[in-house]
Amino acid sequence: MPGYANPGFDTLALHAGASPDPATGARAVPIHLTTSFVFESSEHAASLFNMERSGHVYSRISNPTNAVLEERVAALEGGAGAIATASGQAALHLAIATIAGAGSHIVASSALYGGSHNLLHFTLSRFGIATTFVKPGDHAAWRDAIRPETKLLFGETLGNPGLDVLDIPAIADIAHAAHLPLLVDSTFTTPWLMRPFEHGADLLYHSATKFLSGHGTVIGGVLVDSGRFDWNAATAASGRFTELTEPYDGFHGMVFTEESTVGAFLLRARREGLRDFGASMSPHTAWLVLQGLETLPLRMARHVENARKVVAFLAAHPGVVNVAYPELETHPDHALAKRLLPRGCGSIFSFDLRGSREQGRTFIEALKIFSHLANVGDCRSLVIHPASTTHFRMDDAALQRAGIGPGTIRLSIGLEDPDDLIDDLKRALKAASKP
Amino acid sequence: MKLAVESVAGRHDAYVYGGGKPLDPTLPAVVFVHGALHDHSVWTLLARWFAHHGYGVIAPDLPGHSQSAGPALTSVEDIADWLLALLDAAGVRQANFVGHSMGSLIALEAAARAPERATRLVMIGTAYPMAVSPALLEVARSDPFAAIDSVNAFSHSTMAGKPSYPGPGMWLHGSNRILMRRVQAGHKETNLFLDDFAVCDRYANGLVAAARIACPATLVLGARDQMTVPTQTAAIAAALRAKVVSLASGHALMTEVPDALLAALRTAIQTEAAAPATP
Repeated sequence: MPGYANPGFDTLALHAGASPDPATGARAVPIHLTTSFVFESSEHAASLFNMERSGHVYSRISNPTNAVLEERVAALEGGAGAIATASGQAALHLAIATIAGAGSHIVASSALYGGSHNLLHFTLSRFGIATTFVKPGDHAAWRDAIRPETKLLFGETLGNPGLDVLDIPAIADIAHAAHLPLLVDSTFTTPWLMRPFEHGADLLYHSATKFLSGHGTVIGGVLVDSGRFDWNAATAASGRFTELTEPYDGFHGMVFTEESTVGAFLLRARREGLRDFGASMSPHTAWLVLQGLETLPLRMARHVENARKVVAFLAAHPGVVNVAYPELETHPDHALAKRLLPRGCGSIFSFDLRGSREQGRTFIEALKIFSHLANVGDCRSLVIHPASTTHFRMDDAALQRAGIGPGTIRLSIGLEDPDDLIDDLKRALKAASKP
Repeated sequence: MKLAVESVAGRHDAYVYGGGKPLDPTLPAVVFVHGALHDHSVWTLLARWFAHHGYGVIAPDLPGHSQSAGPALTSVEDIADWLLALLDAAGVRQANFVGHSMGSLIALEAAARAPERATRLVMIGTAYPMAVSPALLEVARSDPFAAIDSVNAFSHSTMAGKPSYPGPGMWLHGSNRILMRRVQAGHKETNLFLDDFAVCDRYANGLVAAARIACPATLVLGARDQMTVPTQTAAIAAALRAKVVSLASGHALMTEVPDALLAALRTAIQTEAAAPATP
C-alpha cells in the first residue's frame, strides 16, 4: 500500500521534488526566473564547475524550478532522473545527440509524429546520422535493421496516425540482445496510462506541451533516463558507447560511467548537450508544466472517459468508415493494448469520414466546440483534417501510403461535457454528409 | 583503475574510483567504503572534492559489487582485511577511513586491525549493533527486489533532497532504487542483498574494535535516519570517544545533504587532532 515511505502516483504528482521553500515558506513551487546563481566563494564556484558539489550555476544548464519538474517526471515514470528541454523535439534531439554522431545509425518505427520523422529522415541525415524506418509491429524488421553502428531503437508508445501500440517488451528484448537502448516517445500515454520503463524501455521523453502541461499554454519537453542500461557492459560487448565510457575532453576528461553508475547518460546530456546546444526550458514554462502535472491523474482519467464515449458514438455512426482506437476489437493492436494499456489508450485518435476532402473540410468548419488547430493533449477538444492541412500537398495515393485517407480526421478529446462533444460531432457529421 | 587484491576468497580485480584523478599514493589518502548494495558512485561529489583538494582518493567497489570481481565477502572482518590489502596494492600506507552504513563497520574494523594506518575514522549513517529485522531478511530471501524497495523507502527522509545528487534533476528515490537493483542483479552467484545485510547483522566486534582505534573518530548521523537509528549509536560513540555530528537527513546522507556532509567531513578530516583523550 502506498504510504508516506512509499508514495503512490497521485502523491508523487503533487509532491515529488518539492517541499516548502526554506527561504520564504512558500508552499507552491517558486518560479526562479534568474539566469544565474551567486557563488559563496571562489572555491565554491570552482567546485560547482568541477562537479565536486551539486548546485546551480546558470539556468541554461539547470534551474531550481526546472529541477522540481525533472525530479517529478522522473518519479512518475519510475526513472533515475530527467532533463527538461525547450520542446519535445529538443528532448528527442538531446537523447540522440548524447550517444550518436556522424556515422551513427538509428532504427525507428515508421509510425512517428511528423516532426520526429522530419528530424530523423531529413535533418539528422544531413549531420551523418542515418535512420532505418520499420513497421512497429514487424519484429523481424527491427532486428534485421540493426547495424554495427546502430546506437538506439526508437518508437512511440502509441504511433501516428493509426495508434499502433509499440510492443515495448518485445522491442526492448531485441534492443538489449544487440546491446542497444530503447528510446520511446511517451507523449500520448503519459505515465498515468503506461510506464515504459516497467516494460523494458531504457530512455523516454515527452512533449510536455501536451498532456503533462495539459492546458495548451507552453512548449516544452522532458527526457527521462531509467538508469538501467549498462553502458559499460554494452560498450565492452559492442564498442558502441565510448561517449559515456571514455574520457570526454569537453568536460575535464570526465568518464561519465565512472562518475555515476545510473546517471551517466543524463550527466553527459546535461553537461554537453544542454550546455552546447542550449535547448533549455524556461523556468516559467517548467512552473506551468508543474501546475499541469499536479492534476495529471484527474485529467487523464477524464480524458480517457470522454474519449471512450466519443469513440463509441463515432464507431456506431453511419457517416464514419473506421475509428482507429486500440480499445476497439477492430484495431489490429487491440490485444497488445489490453496488455500494455489497461487504464486506456488516451484521448487522441483518428477516424475516417465517409466522403471526400471537401467533405472533410465541411466537417471541420461545422464544429463549434472542437478547435481546429495543430496540437493535441489540451484540456480543450481539438481537431485537424490532415488532408487539408498538414498533408495538403499530397495527392490521394500519397495520402494512402502515409495511412491517411481524404476523410481522415484526428481528434484530441478534452475535458468538456462529453454530451456536448458528441452533439458537436453529430452536427458536423450531418453537415458533412451533404455532398 | 583496477587492482588485483587478495582476500579469503582468492585474488580478484577490484575497481577503484579516484574522484576523477589518478591516485597519487604520496598524498594524504581518503578511503571511502560504500554500504550494502551500493558501489563507489555514492561517493562521487565527496570523492571529487577531496581528489581536487590535495588528497588521494580510493573509493572501491567492494568484492562482488558493480565493477569489482570475485564473490561477495561474508563478514566485516574479511572485508576489512580485503580493504587493507587494497591499500597495500595501491601503495597507500595511511588513510582517512570513511564509511557509510555497512561500509562504516568495515572502516571501523579495518582501522582497528591496523590502527597505525588510520589517520581519521568517519562513520556515516551508522549504528552498532547494526541488527537487521528478521522480517526484512525473510522478504529478501524470496523477493530481494521487494526488499530493496522497502530499504529504499526507509533510506530517504524527503521527496525533495536538494540540490540533488550528483546533480540537479536526479530523483533520489529512483536513482538509489535502480542502483541497488543493478548491484543486486549484477552479482549472479548469490543473493547479494542477503549477503550484505547478513554482514551487517552478524558483526559483533564493534566495541572491541572501537577500543583499538587510536585516531580521532567522528560519527555523522542522519537525524531522521530510519535504517540506522541515531539512538543506537551511544555505545559505539562512547567507545570511540567520537565527535557526533547530526545532519537533517535520512540514511541517504550522501545524496540528501551533500553539502552539509562535505562540511562535516572536512571538519573531521582536516581539523588538527586534539591531544588524545584520557580514557
